[in-house]
This record gives sequence, C-alpha cells and structure tokens, in this order.
Amino acid sequence: MTPDVALPLLVLALPFAAFLLLAVVGPLRRTGRPAGLVSIAAIAISFAAALTVWARELVAERTWGWIPADGGPIATVGVLVDPLANAMLVLVTLVALLVQVYSLAYLGDERPGALGRYYTYQSLFVFSMLGLVLAPGFVQMFVFWELVGLCSYLLIGFWYERPAAARAAVKAFWITKLGDVGFIVGIVLLWSATGTFEFTDLFEKAQANALAVPGLATIMFLIYLGAVGKSAQFPLHVWLPDAMEGPTPVSALIHAATMVTAGVYMVTRTEPLFALVPEVLTLIAWVGAFTALLAATMACVEGDIKRVLAYSTVSQLGYMMAAAGAGASPAGFLHLLTHGLFKALLFLAAGAVIHAVGTNDIFRMGGLFRAMPQTAVVFVVGTLALAGVPPLAGFFSKEAVLGGVWEAHLTGPFLMLALTALLTAFYMFRVVFVAFFGRAHAGGHPHEAPWLMRGPLWLLAILTLAVGIRLALGGGEAHEEAPGWLPPLSVGLATVGFVLAWAMYQRGAVDPARVAAVLRPLDYLARRRYGLDGLYAGVYRGIILGLSRLIGWIDRYLVDGILNALTALTLRAGDALRYIQSGRAQDYVYGVAFGVLLLFVWAQLWRR
Amino acid sequence: MAPLTVPVLSIITWSPFVGALLIMFTARHRPRAVRLISAATTGISAVLSLWIYVAYERENAGFQFYEKLPLVPPLGISYELGVDGISLLLVLLTSIIIVAGVFASWTVAVRSQEFYALLLALVTGVYGVFVSLDLFVLFLFYELAVLPMYLLIGIWGSSGEVRPRGIFAWAYRETGVGTKEYAAMKLTLYLLFGSAFILVGILALYVNAGSGSFSFLDFEATAFPRPLQRWVFLAFYVGFGILAGIWPLHTWSPDGHASAPTAVSMLHAGVLMKLGAYGVVRVGMGLLPDAAVDLAWLVGTIACVNIVYGALSSMAQTDLKYVIAYSSVSHMGIVMLGAATLTEAGLNGSVFQMFAHGVMTGLFFALVGLVYEKSHSREIGKMGGFGKLMPGIATAFTVGGLSSLGLPATAGFVAELLTFLGAWRSAHSWWLYPAVAGTFLTAVYVLRVVKQIFWGPPSPHFHDLVDARGPEWVALVGLVAVLVLFGMVPWLAIAPIDTATVPLLARIVTP
Repeated sequence: MTPDVALPLLVLALPFAAFLLLAVVGPLRRTGRPAGLVSIAAIAISFAAALTVWARELVAERTWGWIPADGGPIATVGVLVDPLANAMLVLVTLVALLVQVYSLAYLGDERPGALGRYYTYQSLFVFSMLGLVLAPGFVQMFVFWELVGLCSYLLIGFWYERPAAARAAVKAFWITKLGDVGFIVGIVLLWSATGTFEFTDLFEKAQANALAVPGLATIMFLIYLGAVGKSAQFPLHVWLPDAMEGPTPVSALIHAATMVTAGVYMVTRTEPLFALVPEVLTLIAWVGAFTALLAATMACVEGDIKRVLAYSTVSQLGYMMAAAGAGASPAGFLHLLTHGLFKALLFLAAGAVIHAVGTNDIFRMGGLFRAMPQTAVVFVVGTLALAGVPPLAGFFSKEAVLGGVWEAHLTGPFLMLALTALLTAFYMFRVVFVAFFGRAHAGGHPHEAPWLMRGPLWLLAILTLAVGIRLALGGGEAHEEAPGWLPPLSVGLATVGFVLAWAMYQRGAVDPARVAAVLRPLDYLARRRYGLDGLYAGVYRGIILGLSRLIGWIDRYLVDGILNALTALTLRAGDALRYIQSGRAQDYVYGVAFGVLLLFVWAQLWRR
Repeated sequence: MAPLTVPVLSIITWSPFVGALLIMFTARHRPRAVRLISAATTGISAVLSLWIYVAYERENAGFQFYEKLPLVPPLGISYELGVDGISLLLVLLTSIIIVAGVFASWTVAVRSQEFYALLLALVTGVYGVFVSLDLFVLFLFYELAVLPMYLLIGIWGSSGEVRPRGIFAWAYRETGVGTKEYAAMKLTLYLLFGSAFILVGILALYVNAGSGSFSFLDFEATAFPRPLQRWVFLAFYVGFGILAGIWPLHTWSPDGHASAPTAVSMLHAGVLMKLGAYGVVRVGMGLLPDAAVDLAWLVGTIACVNIVYGALSSMAQTDLKYVIAYSSVSHMGIVMLGAATLTEAGLNGSVFQMFAHGVMTGLFFALVGLVYEKSHSREIGKMGGFGKLMPGIATAFTVGGLSSLGLPATAGFVAELLTFLGAWRSAHSWWLYPAVAGTFLTAVYVLRVVKQIFWGPPSPHFHDLVDARGPEWVALVGLVAVLVLFGMVPWLAIAPIDTATVPLLARIVTP
C-alpha cells in the first residue's frame, strides 16, 4: 500500500465530476456544445494525468472498505496501478478525448439537449471504463463492467426514436448480461472458495500454490463467460454488429477501442488465476481463433462499412483472446493497444465518410479518394495496420499473437488465425477499393470533413505509424522467440488478401458474383450470420416469452383461480345457510329440540 | 438501554396519527391545509428517523431509544419500543416512502381529507410494527396498518378488467375479479387471514413461555421446545409471509397494488410487504432459532419460486401496473431467500433488499401513477416514444429499472450480490442459480417495458403528454437519489444492519 494514488484517483475523478455536473445541472446539459466542452476539458486533464502516471511507471495499490461485514469488509473499492493499468489508462483517455472532440463536429446537427445527453453518457462511460481498468478486485471490476455495459446500452440507443437503435441497444444489453450471469456466479463461487475478491490476495495465493480449490476450472470458465459476452466471442458475438446503430464515434470508442476489450483486459489482468487452469486456457484460445475466423468470413460479405469494421473488431478480439489463451497475454495486450488506435482511426474515418455521403453502404460510395483525399489516406493507413503490414503498429502485435499461439503448440488455432489474416487483408481492401476508388456513385458533392474531425484522424494515423516504428526499433522482445518464417508468412498472407481484393474489386479480373457462386454454401451462411441471430430471437420469443405467457396464465387462472373458486364456494355456502335464519320462532324451537335430542343421543352412546 | 428523556420513537410513530386527527377535525374542505398538515407531520417523523439513524450507537448494538410503559400489567402487556440496526433502516424507509407518497398524491382531488387521514393512520401502524418490542402491541399496530387499505383501495382505487377463463371461470363471474372492490376485499381478507395465524402464534408463545409477558425481550430469553417452535414458525411464516407475498399466497398483491391509488401502492408495495418479511425475520427467526434452521429449506425454496415465477409473470403482463406489482413478488423472493440462507451476507442482503426494493418500487408506482395521469392509460402495448415528451419520467423509470435488474451503483446490486454470496454459502447452494436467473429475467422484462414505453417512435394514441412538474418532482428526485446513494455507498446501510444480524445469527446457528 503506497499513498501514491492521488494521480490515478484524479484520472478517475475528473470524468465522474463532469458526469455529475452534466447529470445534475440540467440547464448546463441542455446547452449542448458548452456541455461538450466541459466533458472534453475534464477528459483532457484526465489524459494528461494518465500520461504522467504512465511516464512515471507508477505502481501502487490502495483500497477502501465498500461492503462491511463482521470480520472486515467483504468487498472493497480502490485503485490498483501497475504497468498493465497504466497503458490502458492512456489508451482509454486518449481515444476518449479524440472521440469527444470529433463528436463536437460529427454530432453538431443534434439538438442541444441531445448533445448534452450524449456528453453526459460519454463522461459516465469514461469514468466507468477507467474504474474497470483500475479495479483492485473482482467486485469493483464487475461493478464497472456493468456500468460500461449500461453506457453502451444508452449510447447505442442514443437515437432512441429509431426502432432499430432501440432494438440493438436492448439486444446488446441482454446478450452481454447473459455472459455476465456466468461472471457473477463465477465471482461468487470464487469468493466462497477463497474468501476474497482482491486480485493481490488471489495472486499471492495462486503463487503460493494455495489455490487448489475444487472446481477452479469451472469457476474460471464462468468468469471467462463474462469476457465472452463483453468481448463479443462466439457464440455471444451477435450484439456487436447490431451495436453499429449507435453514433459512429460511439462505435469507435466503446465498440472498438475500449469497452469490448474489457474482456481481454480482464483475462490478462487475472492471468495468474487462468494460468492455473490450462484446460480453460486452451478453450479460450480455440474459441478466440474460431471467433476470429467466423467474424472475418462475415466481414467479407457485408456491404455496410460500419458492420465490416464491427466484424473486424470481433475478429481482432478473437486474436487477442487466442493470445491470452495461448499463455501469451502480453502479445494479446499489445494487440489490444495497437488495435485500439487503428480501429478507432478506421471507425472515425468511416464516420467522416458517412458524414459526407449520407450512407453506410460501400456500394453506394465509390471514388471518394478524389473528393476526400485526407480521409482516404488515413483510412488506408488504418487498413494497412489492420492487415498487418510493416512497419505499422498492427504488424508487430499481430505477429506477436501468431508467434505466441505457435509457441503454445496450438496448431488448429494457429491455422485459423493465419487464414483470418488473409481474409482481413481481403475484406479491408475490398472496402478501400469499392468505397474510395472505382466509379463514383454518390449523388451530391462529398467533401472533406471539418478540422475538428480531421485532427483526431491525423493524430491517430500518426500514432499508428509511430507506435509501429517504436516497436520495430526497440520493442522487439515480444516477437523474439517467434520462428523466423513468421514475418514473411504474415506479410505474404496479407499480400494474397490484398491481391485478391484488387483483382476482384479494382481490376475486375475476377467477378465477385462468380466467387460467391463457387463458395455458395459458405456465402449463404455468412450472409445469414450462420443463423445465430435467428436462434437467439427464436429462444427469446419461443422459450422465454412463451414460458412467461404460460406462467402468467397459470397464475391468473389456476393459482388465483383456486382462490376465487374457494371464495365463490364460501359465498354460495353463505347464501345457502342464510335460510337457517328464517325469523320464524317455530323453526328455532325445532332447532333447539333437535339439538337437545342430539346431545341426549351423544350422552347415551359415547359418553361412556 | 438507558430510558431516553424524549420519546423519539413515540413521536415518530404517533406524529402521522396526530396529523390524521388534525386533518379530520380542522381541515374540512381545505385541501391545501390537508396537504400541508400531512407534509408537516410526516416530515417530523422523517427528520426524526434520520436523526435516530445517525444517532444510533453502533458500538452498543441492541435495542436503543428504548421506551416502556405498562399497559395491562396483569397480562404482561406493555407499550415497549426500541430499534436495532434492522428496524432502524426500515423506519427510515417508511419515512422516505410516506413523504414521497404525500407529494405523489398531491393531485388527489376526491375527498382528499379522508384519503390523507387514512394514509397517515396507516403509516402510524407501519412505524408501530417496526418499533414495537411487545408482541401484543405489535399485533395491534399490524392490524392498524392493514385495515385502512380496504377503504383506500375501495374508494380511491381504479378497476381493471379480467376475462373469466379456465376451469374456474364460473368463480370469476361470481366474485367480480378485476374490480377495485374485489381487489380491496381480496387484499384485506387475505391479510386478515394471515394475521389470524400470527395471533395464534403469539398466543402459543405467550402460553408456553409462562413468564406472563408479551415482551419480545422476554420471549427471546426463552428456549422453546423444538416441536412447538416448528409449528409456531410455520404459523408466523404463513401469517407474515402472506404480506411478504410468498408463493402461492401472493395473488392479493398484483390485484391490490394495481387497483390501489398511487400513494397506497407505493406504501403497500414499498413498506407493507416489508412488514411481512420483517415479521418472519424478527419474530419468526428471532424467537424460534431452531425452527429457523429446520425450516430454512422451505423458506428458501419458496423464495426461489417467487423470484423466477414472479419475473416470468411480470413479463407476461400487458398492464403497466401489473408489471410492477409482479416485479415486487419476484423481488420479495430475494428478501426471503437472503433471510433463509442463515448467513451473515445473505441476511444483510435480505434487509438491504427490503430497503432497496422499498425505495425502488415506491419510485416505480409513483412513476406509473404519473404516466397514467398524463396518458390515461396503463396499456403498455399502446404506448411508445414517451421518452421524448417526458424525459424526466423516462430517466427516473430507467434508474428504477436498473436498480430492479441489479445494476451496480444502484441499491439493488448490493442487495443481490450479498444474497448470492449468502445463497452459495448456505446449506442449499443451488439457490444461487434461480436467484441469478431471476436477475436475467428481470433485465429482460424491465428493458422490454422501458423500450416499449419510452423508446421508439411516438405512439399515435397519445397527445399533449407532459413531463412531471412541481411537487411530483420531489418524490422522483428524492427516491432516485436514495437509490443511487445507497448503491454507491452501501456501508451507510449495511454497517448498522450488520450490528443486528450478527447477534441474530449467533443465536440461530450456534444454539
């Protein structure tokens, strides 16, 4: 315990203060732009503080009791600062800052009230995400885990009057909640077995081999389920593409760079615990690699630029998870960081495009390179990074992931990830060729975005390049052990993907429709998202709603029916017995005489 | 337990009653005075209950602010009051809800004098149950809390429509299901049926203890034989449990709460159902520790049924008020489950859930009342897009809903987490699964309702919708603030609760 946590607390407190101010002071919130400036100012200072924390390589922990109990608090809140958290702090505050600046222009047409609401949610999100990153134990992590989910729900549903947005928001909440059910059960079981939620305690026990808890594999699997939901792993990935109904800057921040990586962060954070259960790790690697491949195939047939990026996010999250599962969590985390940069870049660039042409459909874009060259350049930078082309940031982290998976002798996942690398280059360049080159389709006159939007784009593009160069020069330790044939292989795969996309969508040498016809079953399945969305809808409508209707009927007409029947019978009995009280004296005398007779008989027969 | 010079608990308890008398005798045809008297007298109780909450000495746990006044010395009946960590919180809850309720019914126009007088008399009964340490007096207060409900629902309530169906359809026609008279009668008779069990239980303890006293403290010192404990516990469980909405004796609650006027639903679902749970914990488990261990399986299993069954029933409703009413059935299951775990975490969770659910459901019924007042409809299927026109109501409803589904940073989460922890550590660890499943189902029906009512394009059925205004805001803002405050700083409540639950458990688990 060091008292050196003032700075991390400041990082955490500023967005919260902004949120509180905007949430409570209605008149300020309803001003729109000034509200946005408040939020941006808070996050800017927060970013500066996060940079300082990172530069100082601060390591500290401080906790306070949160839920008291007889023998010391059950759960605590606090901050845990270490290199992992520091890097994440910088990423979160940086991307959040750029996204919030960008949003000022992107959402400039919104009503002031709505814009104020947007920045209120944004501030709450940044606070929650930072709280998650700094969590010193499972309870705090879960608390903020749910809060970022809430912000995601609110921001996907930002345009709540649109039915599609409302549906997508609710779907995102439900599907991630499904994973969180596993998460909370896992936490409860872990607490029962070990008596603590605190990471430091748990890690110490893990190191001292004092965590030989029966069923630890089950517990860690349940906790991993939370990450499956949040980080959109198969089979709970279905919410993320729909989440694109939210404003594009939200997609960039929450559904690409930060929140969706919370699952990866959690697995990386609790790596000492997962290391005890190799079978779960292997599962994580397989699921991650499978997710990566599955999402990549769906990205290849998608025409909506944001959805392509969403599938690509799912796919890259699969990479990170596969690395974590292969025991190469530093590689996974590196990929998380670099991906955060270039995916935010891609989303924001896509937002600039959508802003200019007013559609998400890449086949209604075309020839945008001429109209908006700067956006096109940064988009290509992001694409190259995502495809894994040196010396951009994505190349090194992706190679580290592949190397890690290979080192762990996970041949199956390795092959899937390699194939994914090829597909990634293919679907990204497909977007580049169709949207930015080729024939111009868009009516009107698309134009370059205002500086408020272009500034963040250029900054992210430069960072993508700079981080890549930095990794090329010095940060080589992550891929030192990787076999020498790996870099050529991954560059080769990217090149094949590029050439395929070029041949199909630029050169026109191969007709995409013919390729689709050849791969007909696969094309059919990928376009229908492998039927998973339909399956969930069916389970929801058929099983959950059906069961509820059944129970509702039973309650109304059986449980309550028995009661009403008893009531009615009582009423009837009362009606019948009413005639006893006839008001005629002779009836009563008969009654008395009959009673005396009965008493007499009873006395004679049973008394003795 | 030094006798206090100022009888704080008596003032808290009787202040609303005095208000009721004042209203009846001095404020005829002066609606403004009626409201001011109500606000003032409940305000006094509220300020004082906040004061005792702060002044309660946690180091010397046990009953504090003790008062005693012999009433019928030959029978050992005395007016004996005191609060511990559990009742302290529930007294505070009662104050919060009644103050919010007074403001939420600001617009009651018909016979507001009688309405407020009955409401205040009822609240005196509720306070009385929470602070009484004499079981006879407790029973009197209990009846006082239950009876005014009949008039409040029967006169100021609203009728719905239920189509007779199923094999008992004939009975539905004869009893008039769906009308407010039916709902009022059903609720009152059902609860009186329960109180008969309670009375029998109390008398059985009195006779068997042989100490000639109805004092809780005297009973507590007596070790009753196990067989007696068991059936008396069952009597208390059924008697108090009816009020807590245990399955399958819960059906008075949806009909009653849906028919009742806003403030009455708030008070009834928010506080009166807690009387039932409080009775089971304080009287049942507190006095009959062996039976509590023996019958925990029953209490907990029924609680699990409540959680899942209530959530599924709620999902099936098309009337907004019924949705909220059934959600109470589900959430009271968490309360009873936490108690049945017989663990520190579970019991703390149970009491905290009493508080959290009280505030939350009070908020919900206040909101439903507002939505109904603005739109004159409770049909969820017809509504849509209200969020644009009533953003304040939409926000408050969302916060309430999030607390309901156990979202962190609202009080609901802490209560549920503690209950889960307790459930897994209890003798029946499988209880965890229905409890967790219940929270997922809650997320489904709550968000579904929020989406249907407040999101989406504006419904064509409604015009001229407006947001809450004036005094209505008091209830909404206050209740939302309490939910969030206790969710973020749970030790405010759990620290005092813990001082009461730990000794209680010590008596139960190590006999």
